[in-house]
Formats: sequence, structure tokens, C-alpha cells
Amino acid sequence: MEIWKYLPGTNCGECGEKTCLAFASHLKERSTRLEECTPLFEDEKYADKGKQLAELLAPEIREIEIGVGARAAKIGGEDVMYRHELTFYNRTALAYDVWDTMEEGELRERVSRIANWRKFYVGEFLTLDAIAVRSVSGDAQTFAACVNAVAEETDLPLVLCSFDAKVLEEGLKVVAGKNPLLYAADKTNWKDVLELVKSYNVPVTLFSPDLDMLNSLALTFSSAGVEDIVLDPGVYPTGEGLADTFSRFVRIRRVGIEEGDKEVAYPLMSVPMTAWMIHGDALDASYWEAVLAAIGIIKYADIMILHSIEPHSLIAERTLVENVYTDPRRPVSVEPGLREVGTPTEHSPLFLTTNFALTYYTVESDLSSNKIDSYLIVVDSEGMGVEAAVAGEQLTAERIKETLESYGAEKRVKHKTLVIPGLAARLSGETEDVTGWTVLVGPRDSGRIPGWMDDNWPPEK
Amino acid sequence: MEKKLTLADLARILEQYDVVELEDVTIKGEVELELGSSAGLALPPALAQALQSLMGAREMPGTLEAKRIEALLPATFKVAKAEWTGKIEEVTIGATSADGGTRERTVTIGGEKSLPFYNFDAKMPHPPVISVDCFDMPIPLARAVREYYEDVMEDPGEWAKKNVREFGADMVTIHLISTDPTIKDTPARAAAKTVEEVLQAVKVPIVIGGSGNPDKDPEVLEAAAEAAEGERCLIASANLNMDYERIAKAALKHGHVILSWTQLDINAQKTLNRYLFKLGVPREDIVIDPTTAALGYGLDYAFTNIERMRISALKGDTDLAFPISCGITNAWGAREAWMKDSPSKEDSDWGPAAYRGQMYEIITGLTLGLAGGDMFMMMHPNAASTVKKVTQTLFGAKVKEDKAKRVAIEDWVTWDAEVGALKK
Repeated sequence: MEIWKYLPGTNCGECGEKTCLAFASHLKERSTRLEECTPLFEDEKYADKGKQLAELLAPEIREIEIGVGARAAKIGGEDVMYRHELTFYNRTALAYDVWDTMEEGELRERVSRIANWRKFYVGEFLTLDAIAVRSVSGDAQTFAACVNAVAEETDLPLVLCSFDAKVLEEGLKVVAGKNPLLYAADKTNWKDVLELVKSYNVPVTLFSPDLDMLNSLALTFSSAGVEDIVLDPGVYPTGEGLADTFSRFVRIRRVGIEEGDKEVAYPLMSVPMTAWMIHGDALDASYWEAVLAAIGIIKYADIMILHSIEPHSLIAERTLVENVYTDPRRPVSVEPGLREVGTPTEHSPLFLTTNFALTYYTVESDLSSNKIDSYLIVVDSEGMGVEAAVAGEQLTAERIKETLESYGAEKRVKHKTLVIPGLAARLSGETEDVTGWTVLVGPRDSGRIPGWMDDNWPPEK
Repeated sequence: MEKKLTLADLARILEQYDVVELEDVTIKGEVELELGSSAGLALPPALAQALQSLMGAREMPGTLEAKRIEALLPATFKVAKAEWTGKIEEVTIGATSADGGTRERTVTIGGEKSLPFYNFDAKMPHPPVISVDCFDMPIPLARAVREYYEDVMEDPGEWAKKNVREFGADMVTIHLISTDPTIKDTPARAAAKTVEEVLQAVKVPIVIGGSGNPDKDPEVLEAAAEAAEGERCLIASANLNMDYERIAKAALKHGHVILSWTQLDINAQKTLNRYLFKLGVPREDIVIDPTTAALGYGLDYAFTNIERMRISALKGDTDLAFPISCGITNAWGAREAWMKDSPSKEDSDWGPAAYRGQMYEIITGLTLGLAGGDMFMMMHPNAASTVKKVTQTLFGAKVKEDKAKRVAIEDWVTWDAEVGALKK
């Protein structure tokens, strides 16, 4: 255990673990923080070891933060090429664009839509991460006014976008203390942007589809003492350009993680919004933009800039981020059992679902957010969803019977009526025979339980 | 690093930064320069930066603050190729008259020696293919899909034809769902007739799917395999909780490929595949289906399950080295794909359901394609064509309307959304 050698070895328990060895194994899996080992930082004699260990534990890809306060976003900090090897760490930050030629009312409305967007998913609300302000006018004062309006409207992190350093500087002056990400330095403007980055101390994006040039830019900036760097290898929206784009993202990340080369071991930026440059139709563009976004979310983009804020785009893009960045070590299933939703009585309905976590949380939230006082009995389906569990026979009439009995369902409700999911309809007859309960077939999606209740509950005597 | 700096260079730099005296600097011989590394280094940061830059130094001491670098530090981006020892089996579906069938073309999938679309490691031999679903009876479909099929739902042959003619399907899947005893309990013999109809209606290779009823499927698929003798169909599917032996034997006897289906479980997939080997099913007659879950509804498990199988196969696990089929139509099970409004009153507006459905199918398909999927069973025509287009593009096929070369992508910053076109 290489990590263990750097710890005090006193098994003092300050970190909450019984032994330093146990703490070391948590550090390795990134399931705890080094700072939990207080002696390492408070006791002078461990100072050197603490520093060395911090370096040893630093992720392969540099972690940087953009924005300030509660909505600041961490990006990068990745250690693996495949999520099952550990987990992907900081989810891809999704930035949606506004531009400085927008009429102010329209601008503020768009910002507020982005900042306030939310969607319920597995027990929490998904939100968006950042706003990219584009200089379309090319005029520095116009840009500054736009940045100002955006900053008044939201505390989301900002990405300031222009290849003109003078324009960037005017924008920076407005939000200097808010740690915005600059976009971008390239082979032409890099000297001026470097000056800006050094005087304002903000993170910066370097742009070049030519990887030698990108590497050279990164090396130059890091040699100048700039550490908060994001790399944009360019997103070509179609054809060979897209195939090459895919290859660039994968190869840059491979160098950083597998080859341990620090020169390009920075977070990557993807700009799926280039899809809009090749599509005339807005709906087509939104689909193709989501396609480019999906490629980026799965293959190594740490932050991306998008244009469509239509619900179908936001829901799909943000959900995919959540799926790819969920810790794969998280259990698939919840404990089986009989749960109460709200304050049920012996006349309340009894719904049945499986112990696949996602299914369970969805049904639970549909019942609770619609204020349906009820019992929810959770069958051990070995972590499978309803449809799959019926097909794979992890959800059977026999197992429903065992579950009803072992959790004493009969003592909780008087009506002896069980509502099974619509996707398990084929089990209804057999379940009635085996259990002796009356079985009602609920809707195929628990989101429709409220409407179903109107027609079916209470059951006719 | 032995970059030489001439005294003239040095003098010029010193002058430029108004330096009168250098401490901790030794000048040896004519031009060699050594920078002291003690903490008391008195070089002005800007000068140190300039010297380092001129000398091509790659790293600056952290204590030095640079002011101005005059030239980019040269660098070459280098990356190694990933070397894998394993190779995915190459499987051909469909048989032309030369091979005793009546298909006009066949479809070959698999053969990979690298991760999907990693042409920079090893060229991907075949692009993924799309098989568009049809059913042997009218089924409930989300409105956004139903509108495309409403006129053919009563006639599987016409349905299959439409999939090929109008929607460009590489293959067609006929799902014999009416055979399920809890649906219509259509006899196996009648189901076999439906298969014959579909084979006559289209000339592309077909997939024959059962109802998913583990008790009835062996009988149905056996009859279907017999009716489709010699056409080298993909029989979907054999799994562990049914009489897979009967299905495998029928596929073997009548010259078909078999789909080996398990539920998000690598070990179960290895087990079932080994059972199939034992029954004498040749390796080139096996495609696997490790189970598809929709975006937001377990896609993370499906993605990682497929990615892990593919990586294991490339590392040499021959039990898993088979092309992968994904039932992307499952994406329509996601409520976001079809429900009018969010059941949660606190959600932001969901917008029109019609836009969401195909999006869910597209993203589910593409995601599993990036994990290792070789074949996608799909439903919405636009979703199918979009997934086809992006996978073909990543595969490296020449796409006609390729405008990429004409796009100056850095201009996205000044792209004018008002006119919906590039600003000149």
C-alpha cells in the first residue's frame, strides 16, 4: 500500500476509520478526502509526508473550478478512461449560450430560463451548470454590457467567449471577481490572452484542432505559471471532421491518463453548438447538437457549450450526463420491504414495485409528489426493473406471495387488494390464484397513477 | 537540455530588462549558462522567463512569475496505439441465392480489434447496422411513432416493406408477440406463416423475435426457424430461463444465427454462451444481447455492461467476443419519450412529447454504439436515420452532404442565431 506509507500510522481514528490502512484504501477509491486525516496537516512532523501524499493522490487530469459560490462548477479531476474502473468524477458541465446582440429583455429571459431550469430525477433535481456569453458584435463595450446583464440575472459560472483579447478584457472587468472561464486563446491571440489571464487570475480555454499547436499552447501557458487550463481541440460537426474530432478527444485523454503526460492533462471543452453552423432547420440542428453532445459526454468532454435550450434538448443532455457520471459502485437496488408514503390508513391503496433503485425512486416520487397516501411494497427482483424482471422471472406470482407474507401486508390494509404495475399485467391472474388477494392492474407508468386512481380507487365492493 | 545562448543574446536580454548585475549566475567558458537554483535567486521574473524560453526550457521554477513570453514553446503531440489481443467474431446475417437463401444482400457485423470507432487504433471493419421493428399485430405505440406505421399495422408484410422502402432499414425484425398465451396465443404454425410473408415482402436479412414468453418461445421460434430454412436469419432469442437448447438446435438445423440474451450480467452471458458452444453452435453463428435500458432508466448499467464485455473480449475473453445487438426501441419505455407533461409539478416545462421521443431513441442508440453495440433494433424513422448517420460518420464512411471542410468552426463564437446562418 503505497498510500499507507505516507499516513501517520497511529490508527488514531480522527478520520472516522479504525485504521490508517482502511483510510488508505478509501483514499485509493476516492471515497474519502485526504483532509480528513487531521494529524497530517496539524502536526509539523507529518507536513512533508502530507504534501507528498497530496501530490500522489492528485488526479491524472487537473481539476479546476469555474465560477464562485454555491453554483461554482468543478471540472476535470478524472483518473480513469472507463467509468467501471472507478467512476467518472466531476460531471460534464453544460453551458448554454447567450450573445451580445440579443435585445436585453430577451437576454434576461433566456438567462433566467437556463438558470432556473430543473428536472426531478432519482430523488433530486437536475439543473444546468453555466452560461456562455458570446461576443457576436465584436464590440468590447457591447460585450461588457451583456456580461453585466447576465451577471445581474444569475450567479451561474460564466464562460466569456471571444477571440479578441480586448473584448474579453472588457467583459472580465465586469465579472473579475467571479472566476469566469475565458474562451479562448489560439495560435494568433495567445500573447494577449496570456497577459489577461495573468493579471486577472482566471481559468482559460486554449483552442486548436491541431494537436501539436494545442500541446504547444498548453506548454507555453503552464510554463508561464498558468495552471487552470481547459483545452478545446475543436468540434467539427460532420463527416471526416467529426470522426477526427472523436479521435482527438480520446487520444488527448489517453495521453493524460494512461501515459501520465502532464502537458495536456487538462479538462477538455467540446462545442456541440457547431451543429447549428450546418443545419438550417432548428429541430434538425437540436438533434444533431445533442448527438455531438452525447459523444462528448461519453468520450471525455469536461465542459461543453450548447445552443438549444428547448426542453427536449435539456432533458436528454442533462440526463445523459447524470447517467454517465453516476458512480457505478452505487448499488443497483434498494432494500425490499413495505414502505409508507404520506400517512396511509387501512383503506389506502397498496402498490407493488421492484427493488431496482430507479424504479423504486420513480414510483415513490410519483406517489409522494401527487400526495397519494399509500403503501408501497417492494419486491426483491434482484435489482431488475418491472418489465425485465417479468421477462427474467425475478418478479413472479410466487415471489409476490412471499413478499406480501414476509412484510405482513395483510395486517396493514383491510381491502386485501394489490395494485401491480401495468408492465406486470401478465402476472395478474396467477397472482390472484397464488395469493388469494384481489389484483388490480395499474398503469404502465407510475406517472399515471393519479388519473388511474380517479377511475379505479376505491375498488368496487 | 543543452541549448546554447550566445553572449550577444544575453547582453541584449539584459539590456532589455535593465539588468545591471546578475547574482547566482555563473558564466562558464564562452556561452554556457547555468542558473542557480537557490532560494535567493535574484533574476527578475521576466528575465528568467525570457532566458528559459530562449533555452527551450520546459519547466519554470514555480517561484518565478513570467511577464511576457515572446514565442510559443514548441511541442509535438504523441500518443501510443492501444494494442488488444482479442478480436470480435465476424457474423453474417442473411443468405443470398449463392448460399441457399433468397436475400438480395447480407449484413456482416463484428470483426473489431479495437473499441468502437477507434480507427486510430485499428480500423473498424464494419459499421453498425439498423434493424427496424415490425410486429405481427397492431400494438400500442407512442403517438410520435404510431403515425409512421398506422397504415401497415394490420399487415406484417407491408409493415416490413415500409421499413425498407421508406425508412432505409438495413434489416427488419419481425416480433411474433401475438404468440404470447396472455396476448392472442397465436399458434406456432401461424407465426411461421407470418415469417414467410415477411421473407417474401422484403429482400433484406431479417431478425425473428418471439414474444418473450419463456414457455412459448421455444416452440414458436422452432417453427419459425424451419419456415425460414436457409435464409440465415437472426433468431431472437435464447436465454437461460427457457429451453434454449430447443431454440439453438432449431437454429443450427435450419442454418440461422442465434441471439444469446442475458440481463445486465456478464457472468450469465458467459455461461449461456458456453452452453451454446457445448450444443455445437459455431462461433460465427452467435450474436449477443446483454440488454438495453433506456436513457434515464438504467442506461448507465447497460452502457457499462456492454463496455466491460467488449473490453474483456478485446483482452482475450473468447466467451464474450461476439457482435452485440441492442434493443433501442426500449427507449420508448422512458416516460420522457411519450408522456405529455411531467408528472412532477415542480419540473420545468417538458415541451412537446413528439420532440422528446425520438431524442430518447437517438441518445440511447448512440450511447450503446459508443459502448460496443454493432446492431440496433429501432422504431422511429428519424431516430433510426440519425443513429445511422452518426455511426456511419464515426465509422469513417463517406457521407454525401459532408460540409465539414467548409465550416470554420471557430466562428461559432460569432454565429448569429438571429439569421440562423454564419455571419460574414
